Amino acid sequence: MNWMTIGSVVLIIGMMIFIFPSMRRAVKTAPKGNMSDWMGFIIPLAAIIGFIILLINMV
Amino acid sequence: MNDHNISLGRAQESALATNKVLKNTYMLLSMTLIFSGVMALVGMSAGLGHGVSLVSSLVAIGLLWFVLPRTANSSAGIPVLFAITGLLGLGLGPMLNFYMAINPSIVSTALGGTGVIFLGLSGYALTTRKDFSFMGGFLMVGLMVVLVAALANIFLQMPVMQLVISGAIVMIMSGLILYQTSAIIHGGETNYIMAAASLFLSLLNMFQALMQLLGAFGGDD
Repeated sequence: MNWMTIGSVVLIIGMMIFIFPSMRRAVKTAPKGNMSDWMGFIIPLAAIIGFIILLINMV
Repeated sequence: MNDHNISLGRAQESALATNKVLKNTYMLLSMTLIFSGVMALVGMSAGLGHGVSLVSSLVAIGLLWFVLPRTANSSAGIPVLFAITGLLGLGLGPMLNFYMAINPSIVSTALGGTGVIFLGLSGYALTTRKDFSFMGGFLMVGLMVVLVAALANIFLQMPVMQLVISGAIVMIMSGLILYQTSAIIHGGETNYIMAAASLFLSLLNMFQALMQLLGAFGGDD
């Protein structure tokens, strides 16, 4: 294992440790979305997927 | 009547404060993006290696975790944010050189694509004024899953898994842009330095993930 791999592992583990408390807090306190709320996210997401497919075909 | 006037006045004050945060966030974000772009060009022309890139990213992440939260409520937060974005831009140099050598249109398409996605999502959040705070838990769990997968893939070295991770990053960063913009609009985020830092990281991660996707799937070969 070279030092680049060790550096990457340290960076990712550090990120996980840093994000974990925020994740726990967000899961406990974030309001629950209804079907209409989720559709408001899924529709632009579908548009982004289509756009990325278009970009892939352009390259 | 008097109560009605007071509540209208408060609503106007709140709207003005939101507009100010939004304006300052976008102004700071544009300046940091330009600065980061210049630093990325410096990194490219200097021919920095992946080791330097990793070290500059580690220093930037250190500043982001330990220094920015302590300085974000004062003007000292602005130079710290520029240092973070500059180091992250510098760290992007080797990756840009790699994709420029394969096909320069990968970099320009990823850059344009990131810009279009960001403008589209920001425009969507601003015009619909939807509250995306319900996505907080989902996005954080998604981010954690991506980090676990990225950690596993350092050892597994599976190209397909890397592409799945890149696809997931684009989706999660899109959600984070909606979430952060909605938080500014609805008063959940009142610090423009933290808001600009969060949007910058979403854009940077999305740009890198898009380059990986275009590099893998794009082209005739």
